[in-house]
Amino acid sequence: MNDAIPHGAFIAILIMAFATLFTRVSGFWLMGHIPMTPRVRRGLEILPGAIMASAIIPIIAKVGIVALIAVGVALLSMIVKRNEFIAVGLALAAASLARACGL
Amino acid sequence: MTTHPQPREEAPYWSLPGLAEGARRCGAMVPGTFVFAAAYGTLAAQKGLSLSEAVLMSTLMFAGSAQLVALEVWSDPLTLGTIVSLAVVTAIVNARFILMSATLRPWFGPLPAWQAYGALMTTVDATWLIGMRYRSEGGGDASVYVGAGLALWAIWVAAAVPGYLLGAVISDPKRFGFDLVLIIFFAAMFVPLWRGVRRAIGWAVAGVVALAVSYVVPGWWFIVIGAVVGSIVGAFVDE
Repeated sequence: MNDAIPHGAFIAILIMAFATLFTRVSGFWLMGHIPMTPRVRRGLEILPGAIMASAIIPIIAKVGIVALIAVGVALLSMIVKRNEFIAVGLALAAASLARACGL
Repeated sequence: MTTHPQPREEAPYWSLPGLAEGARRCGAMVPGTFVFAAAYGTLAAQKGLSLSEAVLMSTLMFAGSAQLVALEVWSDPLTLGTIVSLAVVTAIVNARFILMSATLRPWFGPLPAWQAYGALMTTVDATWLIGMRYRSEGGGDASVYVGAGLALWAIWVAAAVPGYLLGAVISDPKRFGFDLVLIIFFAAMFVPLWRGVRRAIGWAVAGVVALAVSYVVPGWWFIVIGAVVGSIVGAFVDE
């Protein structure tokens, strides 16, 4: 286990690329083999928002007030005007400002 | 709170203008992707990768978080044990792609398999978010998804080079909030999905479960566990 592998970097990159490829296709493949009952369809409709909520909330808790401000600004901006360029720009500006203020 | 009717979803198709439309929809993520990719290039140089290895990894993996975590595990020279660790870490950090690819079944399912799987290979967080938003507007053009993926892929691969050669392009990305850009994009793209309070029950459950898991289980499992639990609960809440 502790010997250097010849062409190790190349082999490692190929294996990691394959692992990534597997994650990119396996859920799609699996859903093709599950009967699309109304329940499954409904769960699948909720899944995108559930992924987003599961990513956003723990990261706010980990990073703290600056992340809360940035996410809050992004949400508000999108509710007022549905333009993600403006939302991302304003949220980055809010985060920079908050950090400049020492938060 | 009013409930919005779900727009009718189009069957999948391909078009050249769709590729450009997808690339255009990435615009908000271009600066963040550039800075992130440059930071990856700088770290790859510090960890002893050659420039061609660093570029090859970006080209074949196209997965920012996983590449940065992999570089933390990287050793020079590599042993069998390290390579196994790298494979496991990559699969765990990218486990959210499994769920994202599941959400694309209703859209890409009717396509011939080679087209559907080809489109799935371009998945990253940002392109998936763009795709979900486009689909929630009722769009069916799979080229929008692939166009977004190809645009970000090109930037991701290209911007690693100046990062590798010149060192940190922006000395302190945190100062400009760039460490938060992905989560900001997640939040922004969440808003167009809103279809009323009933559906949000599953999302709230997902968020709370993910938060709890993040305190107990190390690593990136909180996204997968939170999202799966939230969807199952949501599926059993009556419309």
